[in-house]
Amino acid sequence: MLEIRFHGRGGQGTVNGAQLLTKAIVADGGYAQFIPAFGVERKGSPVYGYFRMNDEIIWPKNQVYYPDGVCILDDSLLGKVPVYEGLKKDGFVVLNSKKPAGEQQIPEGVKTFVVLDATGIAREVMGVEIPNTVMLGALLRVLSSVKKETLADLIAEKYGEKNRQAFLAGYERAAVVNVEG
Amino acid sequence: MTRIDALTGNECVAEAVRLCSPDIIAAYPITPQSVVVEVLASMKANGQLKSKIVDVESEHSSMSVVKGAAMLGKRVFTATAGQGLAYMYEPYFSMSTMRFPMVMTLACREMISPGTVWCGLQDALSVRDAGWMQIFCENNQEILDMVIQGYKIAENHDVLIPMNVCYDGFYLSHQTERVEIPDQEQVDAFLPPIDLPQYLDVNHPAIVDPNTVGSYLIRYREDHLKCMQTAKKVIREVNDEFAEKFGRNWGGLIGSYRLEDADYVLVTIGATTGAARVVVDAWREKGVKMGLLKIRAVRPFPEEEIAEALKGRKAYGVIDRSVCFGWNRGIIAMETFAALGKAGVCLPGLSFVGGLGGLDLRTEYVDKAAGMIVEAAKGAIPAGETFWMNEDFL
Repeated sequence: MLEIRFHGRGGQGTVNGAQLLTKAIVADGGYAQFIPAFGVERKGSPVYGYFRMNDEIIWPKNQVYYPDGVCILDDSLLGKVPVYEGLKKDGFVVLNSKKPAGEQQIPEGVKTFVVLDATGIAREVMGVEIPNTVMLGALLRVLSSVKKETLADLIAEKYGEKNRQAFLAGYERAAVVNVEG
Repeated sequence: MTRIDALTGNECVAEAVRLCSPDIIAAYPITPQSVVVEVLASMKANGQLKSKIVDVESEHSSMSVVKGAAMLGKRVFTATAGQGLAYMYEPYFSMSTMRFPMVMTLACREMISPGTVWCGLQDALSVRDAGWMQIFCENNQEILDMVIQGYKIAENHDVLIPMNVCYDGFYLSHQTERVEIPDQEQVDAFLPPIDLPQYLDVNHPAIVDPNTVGSYLIRYREDHLKCMQTAKKVIREVNDEFAEKFGRNWGGLIGSYRLEDADYVLVTIGATTGAARVVVDAWREKGVKMGLLKIRAVRPFPEEEIAEALKGRKAYGVIDRSVCFGWNRGIIAMETFAALGKAGVCLPGLSFVGGLGGLDLRTEYVDKAAGMIVEAAKGAIPAGETFWMNEDFL
């Protein structure tokens, strides 16, 4: 079982994005689950999401405390929300940030650190600052078992071709840092 | 052909309702149930849903509308949660006591106060004595399957009692996961055509449900309670037929996991069951015979099955997502204690209350509860104690 915790802000499409990822895995015959947790449902407030994938049925229906990876849709959450709490040793981080990889502070124990300016890419490709599909592209750099084409098709079906391009741009333009150790 | 998709619990309700084709749907959106109403409305707009939808301004009206349709012998549906159910209470009670069968789903929500919209089973369980059947689900597939089974059980002429299909708000209502959606032919072959008593006929005007003296009323109650007992048999039979035709067996009134040779038993309801399955495996790995008893039906309450399942074990503990005011324990714990008392089955039992107001029922909490059940068997923890799974529990 692989577990990921999502961190975003209301309005960034965190929940819709993770639901599409879940659908893509299920469409290809796998098992996946996503449970969102809302505080107050309004734009800008922190959103949490708990994602699991497995090759058989997933029984637990609760939150993820020891994720294999975290996906952070907004770097303004760093230091405000405990985004790295419980992250497993040799885990991964996918972060939306304007700051390039060289200027990022990579938490201890992280094996793979993926960073990109997803909001900037979304603005450039689609003209809107909604980073969720771009972030899914970046996330697929660490989730190699998820088929890119399946997810791209689902994104295009739900949000249109521009979002497919945004997703693919996220995949191509994410900087992947493999931490030695 | 069965379709496989990843859907939320709320979307599963809408899919199942579409397949059951009620004549009339009237529902008012409320968190965390709203998506049920939204998806049904969009299915109607797309021509995928045959049912008539009546827009209403409140839950009291939604139940009143479907009650009117039920008087004409129609198949009806509504859904609500929390405060919506509270507001609906008056027609809710009379729907069951007029013996109109229907399915109403509840995306269970904590009751105020303090103000909350989050998960809890308090809404549904607080009205467990309003004459409805109530079945609780642990995942999205079970929700979908139980709505379909629910119509068959409720509409059985030996039952004629409405059913609540209940599921944890947010943890299931908003959870997306893999489900199998049967096709229309499969459901049509399982669910018989609508054949319900018609009490209202505009060509033959009559008063339905007039003021009735106690000497009659007591007989109505007696019959209602008897039929609720008959429902136990029907729930089991429909479960078995569903298992045969659809390949999924949820167990009927109860479910179990590694219970056969268990010394210690975790008793759960709803979405908490999944974490308990993981915990049972972990304790078995350590060589301790832990097992799971999942309460599916709360009304009718499966007292015989529960007594049989717990007889001869060393200890058990019940994990509740609700409170039983005045008993200082969870509602399912109180009901389980009562069932065992009546059956003369005596063993140490603990009550755990957690997951209130959307609080997470962490797997670690359930694991700690399992350890405490083992301790209770040794007498190290007094039987009958209640423990609160708050943030200091670990």
